[in-house]
Amino acid sequence: MSLWNEFRDEFKLDVLKEIGNIGAGHAATALSRILNQPVDMSVPTVSLVPFEEIADRVGGSEQVVIAVFLRVEGDAPGNMFFIIREDSARRLLRNLLSIESEEGVYSDMELSALNEIGNILAGSYLSSLADFTKLTLTPTVPSLAIDMAGAILSYGLLQFGQMGDAALLIETKFLEGRDTVEGQFFLIPDPESFGKIFRALGVPGS
Amino acid sequence: MTEVIKVGMADWKIAHSGAVLKTTGLGSCVGLTLYDAVERIAGMAHIMLPSSEIAREMPFNRAKYADTALPDMLEAMVAAGASRRRLVAKLAGGAQMFAFAGQDTMRIGPRNVETCKLMLEKLGIPLAAEDTGSNYGRTIELDSATGILIIRSIQYGTKEL
Repeated sequence: MSLWNEFRDEFKLDVLKEIGNIGAGHAATALSRILNQPVDMSVPTVSLVPFEEIADRVGGSEQVVIAVFLRVEGDAPGNMFFIIREDSARRLLRNLLSIESEEGVYSDMELSALNEIGNILAGSYLSSLADFTKLTLTPTVPSLAIDMAGAILSYGLLQFGQMGDAALLIETKFLEGRDTVEGQFFLIPDPESFGKIFRALGVPGS
Repeated sequence: MTEVIKVGMADWKIAHSGAVLKTTGLGSCVGLTLYDAVERIAGMAHIMLPSSEIAREMPFNRAKYADTALPDMLEAMVAAGASRRRLVAKLAGGAQMFAFAGQDTMRIGPRNVETCKLMLEKLGIPLAAEDTGSNYGRTIELDSATGILIIRSIQYGTKEL
């Protein structure tokens, strides 16, 4: 199958890695402006992840995570998640709004702040990607969920579900200073979107 | 020690002799279980998509789709000694994790549940209980000794069906 072969092409994987790099780089800059603190990010990883293992990336299927999900629409549709662990979310809220929240309990104000942070970060990720590829990429209104990682992430796999039992995941982590607020970006382009991304960037043989 | 058999996403397993079937993190996916209370044979499927008609993979994974997973699991249970006429079904999952209006893929949870019910009706298997829909994730365990289905969620704790 040609799609799966494409994901074995090292050069193409590097192109996707660069996409993660540019997108998350801009998002990290946006976050460091919000927090007025430097934010570091990891080198992105691009991998074909079996559905079964995808939740392991955030601590396992039953790990409670906070996720902002948005659907990318336009020329290269896909799914995007911004995921943070609960302890990181609390630190983020403390730094940003000076809110001390109780474990597992969030006020509307806190939820809306987290949703907005996710929105800003995902928006800057996508707009830099759109600039770079000259593709039209527009995010839907973000939606927030606090639940088991498996239940949340499986939502991003439906488009790949029709193609096989694995999804291509562009993942970037970031860390914020001494307090280590940890967050992860997952971009899961729809299977049809890869050809468009490669063509837009002039990748040979695409 | 009770043996726990893990059922992965887009997979199904059967169990007997008191072993427990477990699948974690059901969101829009549906956990469909069948049970024969006399032979104490249990089956659990973690279904991801409603119909194999949309499959674009060849050959496709039959355990992923409601319309193919259920007949396959039923056949395996009958081969293991279960009586088709005694089987009862329970359903859990099929949530809508994120609120988006008007998008077809986002309604996949309810569609998974609908298709499972349609398939059960077609095969003449009664639905004994369900905990489906809403907007939260579920982890489920089916005890092959009792047929009791335990459902865990972050917001609502543990419940038994």
